[in-house]
Amino acid sequence: MAAHNLKHALFCAFITLIISYPILGFDLTSRGTTVVLEGVNTTTSIGVLAAVIIVFLFQYFRDSVMGSLRQLPAINPLANREPMEQSKRLKLESILLTLMIIGALIWPFIASRGAVDLATLVLIYIMLALGLNVVVGLAGLLDLGYVAFYAVGAYTFALLSQYYGISFWFALPIGAGLAALFGLVLGFPVLRLRGDYLAIVTLGFGEIIRILLNNMTSLTGGPNGIGGIPDPTLFGMEFGRRVKEEGNTSFHETFGIAYSGEHKVIFLYLIALVLAVITAIAIRRLMRMPVGRAWEALREDEIAAKSLGLSRTAVKLSAFTIGAFFAGFAGTVFASKQGFISPESFVFLESAIILAIVVLGGMGSQMGVILAAIAVTILPELAREFSEYRMLIFGAAMVLMMVWRPQGLMPMRRIHIELKRQE
Amino acid sequence: MLVLEDVHTHYGKIEALHGVSVEVKKGEIVSLIGANGAGKTTLLMTVCGNPQATSGRVLFQGREITRDLTSNIMRSGIAIVPEGRRVFSGLTVEENLHMGGFFNTKSEIRKSQEHVYELFPRLKEREHQRAGTMSGGEQQMLAIGRALMSKPNMIILDEPSLGLAPLVIKQIFEIIGKLREEGITVFLVEQNAHQALNLADRGYVLETGRIRLHDTGKNLLANPDVQNAYLGG
Ligand SMILES: Nc1ncnc2c1ncn2[C@@H]1O[C@H](COP(=O)(O)OP(=O)(O)OP(=O)(O)O)[C@@H](O)[C@H]1O
Ligand SMILES: [Mg+2]
Repeated sequence: MAAHNLKHALFCAFITLIISYPILGFDLTSRGTTVVLEGVNTTTSIGVLAAVIIVFLFQYFRDSVMGSLRQLPAINPLANREPMEQSKRLKLESILLTLMIIGALIWPFIASRGAVDLATLVLIYIMLALGLNVVVGLAGLLDLGYVAFYAVGAYTFALLSQYYGISFWFALPIGAGLAALFGLVLGFPVLRLRGDYLAIVTLGFGEIIRILLNNMTSLTGGPNGIGGIPDPTLFGMEFGRRVKEEGNTSFHETFGIAYSGEHKVIFLYLIALVLAVITAIAIRRLMRMPVGRAWEALREDEIAAKSLGLSRTAVKLSAFTIGAFFAGFAGTVFASKQGFISPESFVFLESAIILAIVVLGGMGSQMGVILAAIAVTILPELAREFSEYRMLIFGAAMVLMMVWRPQGLMPMRRIHIELKRQE
Repeated sequence: MLVLEDVHTHYGKIEALHGVSVEVKKGEIVSLIGANGAGKTTLLMTVCGNPQATSGRVLFQGREITRDLTSNIMRSGIAIVPEGRRVFSGLTVEENLHMGGFFNTKSEIRKSQEHVYELFPRLKEREHQRAGTMSGGEQQMLAIGRALMSKPNMIILDEPSLGLAPLVIKQIFEIIGKLREEGITVFLVEQNAHQALNLADRGYVLETGRIRLHDTGKNLLANPDVQNAYLGG
């Protein structure tokens, strides 16, 4: 046993060495016209050596390490608890939600400007994740190109305001509607695909949209993006120091208070909050409606769902379209918050992050998704010094989650629907 | 009620049904028996339009449905209990039943649900259990119950006795007999030839995509060829 472990551990350490040393241990430097290979400083070499030793030790004591890792679920007090009774759980959930919303309402008035700005971003991610949750968590369609619909929403607003001077409030439904239309159109060709194939094709669609935006320079400005996207107004009141558009008044003058840049940030935050709450409520409603049950049925067993007269086309397309709609919502808010957008904001990594939020939160569960969105957006900000290692931390968190709580932070418990006894 | 006229069905280039004609009259129980791979499931699925017949006609209640969409066919008064049960394993028994009545009003659903619980008291006991954790027999009852929720005029069953113990099979066949008394027409596909023919008014024998024999259930049971091939001699 020990001998076998030793051999294996030595082998792993050796592999680590031959992989990491050539990559990290040498440096290409140019001296005049020639490029020479140099050994790097000792710290890196020591680092590589340390990594080799760690790998060796881990592999050698692997059984006991993995054994204690497996104990982790036992440490988690929530792991093996009996699920709460339905009515009690629903009550607790609604109390928790109310508290969260109240807290979120107070937040902008006590937190710093930067914190409010970050919270707005969290809310945008919550909207995105709730929307993707419909597609992936409920309907079971793995969509890796979700960010495309986010881009459609953002660019719709940016272009409409640039070319036609249309305001945020008009652009919001148009952006969401257009994103939904894109969802419908892109949904058609992928309907027959399942699992991996669907994932790859949607991934392609996401990239196509981004590359289109990048290359249609005359319309979208290409990689230079679009700037000067206006802020939302409140009943025709602007939040800038000076009124930009004719017919509008300015917020601070109307209320006779001193101008402050914070007003705008807080206002945007509140808009995002309202929209996120609307998104959550709307999707919650949908989940209880027949269409929500049809999504689940189709995810569970396509043939059985079809045998009951459900149309696969209609059910899948509805999930795609509704998911895209909320991405469009989020995109419009994002464009307004940033004031400037470019294709850079809509790379595949964004899709991956949104998907990670859905998976971390526990597929299908709204509370879980909200918590995960908060964690995934805020953690990298808290650990600013480690921002280079953001992806590394992310990966580690994912692995830990899979060991510790494979079903996600708050796995979905399906809402139980009772038929009303009187009618 | 259900008529198939010279139906051919293909999977890609391979022809699985070579001109099949079957008729099921209103109020009857008709059994279709045949060996593995004879094309029984294919025949039922052709009725449902998935896959569609490449030639020939399928009529239900006098209306041609050969080219209709599966979703439309399944809403026109036919219900199917698919091969291998296919209950929604993550949903509870009650939710499975509600899915069966997807296109009905709430009050209709409630009525059908009570009716299903009368037929299968066992399901009532397990109302809130996840379907995936139930025994094979219970899942089969649920699959039948779910099909009944849409209040069909005709029910199609694909090997309901598959993998069940003799006692449970007996129960299932009793229920099928009851359905006829309620005026539901039954089209039954079975490997379990003895019980299926015993119960049936009429029977068909399908062999490699063709109808070989067609007679009353009693006569088929007495037929020496059938006895040799399907009743173990
Ligand atoms: N999806 C499919 N694609 C290609 N060929 C198929 C498909 N489904 C069935 N077949 C073929 O069609 C023929 C009939 O199959 P079918 O499933 O109808 O038989 P069956 O009588 O229901 O058999 P069993 O009693 O085993 O269920 C078989 O040769 C089978 O291989
Ligand atoms: Mg079959």
